[in-house]
Amino acid sequence: MEKKLLHFCLNGEEMEVQVDPSASLMDVIRDDLEMTGTKAGCNTGDCGACTVILDGEAVRSCIMPALHVMDRNVETIEGIGSPDNLHPVQEEFVESSAFQCGYCTPGMIMSAKALLDKNPEPTGEDVREAIAGNLCRCTGYKKIEEAFLSAAKKVNSKSS
Amino acid sequence: MKDRDERRACYLTVRKEATGYCLGENISGIRPVNNMINNYLFPESTLEAVEMLKSLNGEGRIIAGGTDLVLDLRKNKFVVSSLVDITKIDSLKNIELTGDKITIGALVTHAQVASSRLIKDKASVLAKAAGSVGCLQIRNVGTLAGNVVSALPAADAAVALIALEAEAEVVGPGGSNFVRVEDLYERLFTSKVDSNSQLITKISFNALLGKQGSAYVRMTLRKALALPILNAAAVVSVSNGTFDWVKIVVAPTNPIPTICKEVGKMLAGAQVNNQTISEAAEYLSNNAVIVEDIRANKEYRKEMIKVITKRALEEAVAAVS
Repeated sequence: MEKKLLHFCLNGEEMEVQVDPSASLMDVIRDDLEMTGTKAGCNTGDCGACTVILDGEAVRSCIMPALHVMDRNVETIEGIGSPDNLHPVQEEFVESSAFQCGYCTPGMIMSAKALLDKNPEPTGEDVREAIAGNLCRCTGYKKIEEAFLSAAKKVNSKSS
Repeated sequence: MKDRDERRACYLTVRKEATGYCLGENISGIRPVNNMINNYLFPESTLEAVEMLKSLNGEGRIIAGGTDLVLDLRKNKFVVSSLVDITKIDSLKNIELTGDKITIGALVTHAQVASSRLIKDKASVLAKAAGSVGCLQIRNVGTLAGNVVSALPAADAAVALIALEAEAEVVGPGGSNFVRVEDLYERLFTSKVDSNSQLITKISFNALLGKQGSAYVRMTLRKALALPILNAAAVVSVSNGTFDWVKIVVAPTNPIPTICKEVGKMLAGAQVNNQTISEAAEYLSNNAVIVEDIRANKEYRKEMIKVITKRALEEAVAAVS
């Protein structure tokens, strides 16, 4: 099958990748670019494990053709923090023990970042709306919500 | 780097051995988007999109958000070789008010509709319906026009648009024409818009004025990512405690969503009170063709139609400013 050249910005870096026209964004990120932080869960757009940020909005990468992001900005979990320099949301997830198996965590964190970038002072309701599409089957959502809210406080105190 | 297909096949085998089943297998092949697709095009104008579809001769299909389309392609509901991605056509991205008419471009997402000040003020039924679709990540991508084309039995946004008597501009090889959203349902899951040769470019409806109010109510098992057991959209006009007119859609019934004309006749000129609203609810419950499916049986829906109709009408009346 003839591949197509996909040009986009991934985690702040301009990229050109040859992709199958039939590949999903999740496949290209995980398999071609070998960034496996974005998780493959249901593959049907139901679970949110594959959440990435496209032009500032949280989206499902498993039901998005890769070429759909042509010339656009994509952020993945690899782009928002590193083990030595965690994003406040990541710090608070650790602090609040907001995960057990951790499979949903990258998706949760991307949803959190998209929310905080737009709304630095979210309410509990805002948080619940932002993660309504991210399923967690072990921790439950209470600690995740707490992590979101304390991360928001941390971001605000840093920026003020 | 190992070949992707090989690695993925290996992953699926390991997963199947470990768990005894494999979700990926239920999908045709192992690729998330259908294997048949070998080309992906970006038209820069509506005209170019129609030309591309024409030259693809039924082998191409429009993609905007793709949240339904990708799943349909996986299930082989459509077999096409090319996707025509209209997301680079800037003229389809606006929400506008011209005179009393609101026009929503084909690329406007559910999230944009739900958060638009204009839609909240002048067509709150649609803001609420669009804000109920799927979950935020779906609403950020899925478009209002796509919701209409998918033709689901109780599609949130389409039900609200039908109550607003919205029209869609459908552009194809034969030119463009305006069709009422209600008339775009060919049957369930099938739209009259043939996305292999046509596309919706915009959807428009009249903004609600002072004595008009609207409401959207849905009944679901969960608050997110759940299709409605029932939903209802109501648009009413009220003067001096009397209904001027009422447009109500309850879905999934009949089985294609339509404005209930009989309730419109019953309530036009009737006083706004508990009794008239209850009679309308009773009428719908007794006369609607009720759908039975995985979400609810007929008996339950029949009872609940009364509740949801009443709520929708009461909330719409309360919304009259």
